[in-house]
Amino acid sequence: MARRTKRIRVTVNGERYEKEVSPSKSLLDFLRMDLNLTGTKEGCGEGECGACSIIMNGKLVDSCLILTVEADGQKIQTIEGISRHDRLHPLQKAFAEKGAAQCGYCTPGMIMAAKYLLDHNPSPTAEQVLKAIAGNLCRCTGYGSIVDAVLSAAKER
Amino acid sequence: MKGIDYFAPPRLEEAVSLLRRYGKKAALMAGGTDFLLRLERGLVQPGVIVDLKKIRDLRGIKSNRAGLKIGAATLMDEIASSHLIQTRYGILAKGAAAVGSIQTRNRATLGGNLCNASPAADTASPLIALGGRARIAGAKRVREVPLEEFFLGPGKSCLQPNEILKEIFIPSPVQRSAGSFQRCTRTAMDIALVNCAVFLSLASKGGVVQDIRIVLGAVAPTPVRVQAAEDVLRGKNPDEKTIEEAADCAAAGVRPIDDVRSSASYRRAMVRVLTKRAIEEALREAGGEA
Ligand code: FES
Ligand code: FES
Repeated sequence: MARRTKRIRVTVNGERYEKEVSPSKSLLDFLRMDLNLTGTKEGCGEGECGACSIIMNGKLVDSCLILTVEADGQKIQTIEGISRHDRLHPLQKAFAEKGAAQCGYCTPGMIMAAKYLLDHNPSPTAEQVLKAIAGNLCRCTGYGSIVDAVLSAAKER
Repeated sequence: MKGIDYFAPPRLEEAVSLLRRYGKKAALMAGGTDFLLRLERGLVQPGVIVDLKKIRDLRGIKSNRAGLKIGAATLMDEIASSHLIQTRYGILAKGAAAVGSIQTRNRATLGGNLCNASPAADTASPLIALGGRARIAGAKRVREVPLEEFFLGPGKSCLQPNEILKEIFIPSPVQRSAGSFQRCTRTAMDIALVNCAVFLSLASKGGVVQDIRIVLGAVAPTPVRVQAAEDVLRGKNPDEKTIEEAADCAAAGVRPIDDVRSSASYRRAMVRVLTKRAIEEALREAGGEA
């Protein structure tokens, strides 16, 4: 009968892990439960809200709609991996300064989406920012302060 | 979801033989953006998942004289941002760009979008308008099916149990041809209420319409070609009245449904508007009047 677990190797925020996982476990649960990286949030679990956004092999993806076994051999970056030592990433600083986080639940995903944007387009327009975060829902801010924060971080870099 | 096994074979033949070995217990998955939702909700309960993403033959965009080949496991975002597709097969790039969020487009594949056979699939209408063909791999051979015959109903395609969609072929566009893709939706990320793809060619510059395909999505159990509307325009140098007549014809030829997103009558009204817009834009781009 079918085997219960699979062995996978992943690199997360520069660290390599080798683990046995159940084939039906989502990558989001793996990051949060197995690796204790709880910065990445679960909002909907259905690919609608973007709270679980991470960067895998250079691509922004929703980790709730990925199986851990699919991540075998891949490189992952989560919100915990974007600051350098104790220095915040310019986006993190800008979010704090512009009040772009209220309850903060959407913030990790929002910042990963913004980082993905700036990695590809270092000086976006406000409209491009809005488009880039179309897959990330925020119930608190109304998005204005988020767009401000991303634009100001873009100037910083 | 207990005891699921997972395979990610590197070759297409292995995937086909896994399908043969496990039969109904096996489920194919590519990007997973749709499949994992259904798994989570218990709508599918496979014993074995066969992940197609590692199969080289299913990836990539290749073009030659005859046309364009897109591997079934090519990412939506690769299609949306391919310069070649944007310039030569623009309506497909637009359709792919309309699918979900960037997070989704970085995961979802063309083949997945088609095989789910949603009547609202935003890549299906452009591909049918462009005369796309599905190449389907089975145990013994690869067969080819025009995309307009690929869809049988909501969630149903013509794929047989042991078959895998390998690639889509689109013939090179003829001279003086152009298209348009239009859609309307509630929010940026939602699926289309209606989409419309038109692709046409002119006999000469500013001349009569030689060939035309008008395809509508989300207004019938499958994406549909509205040939009656095409016939109104074929062989004509269409003026505004002819275009309106074609749009009316399209609206009369569909069977939209009422659902949470919109009423049938609104959808029908939108078919008229989008079809008109699409015809006008395609004519303009092809170098005709309108
Ligand atoms: S938790 Fe993944 S998109 Fe909402
Ligand atoms: S800050 Fe509360 S959801 Fe965005």
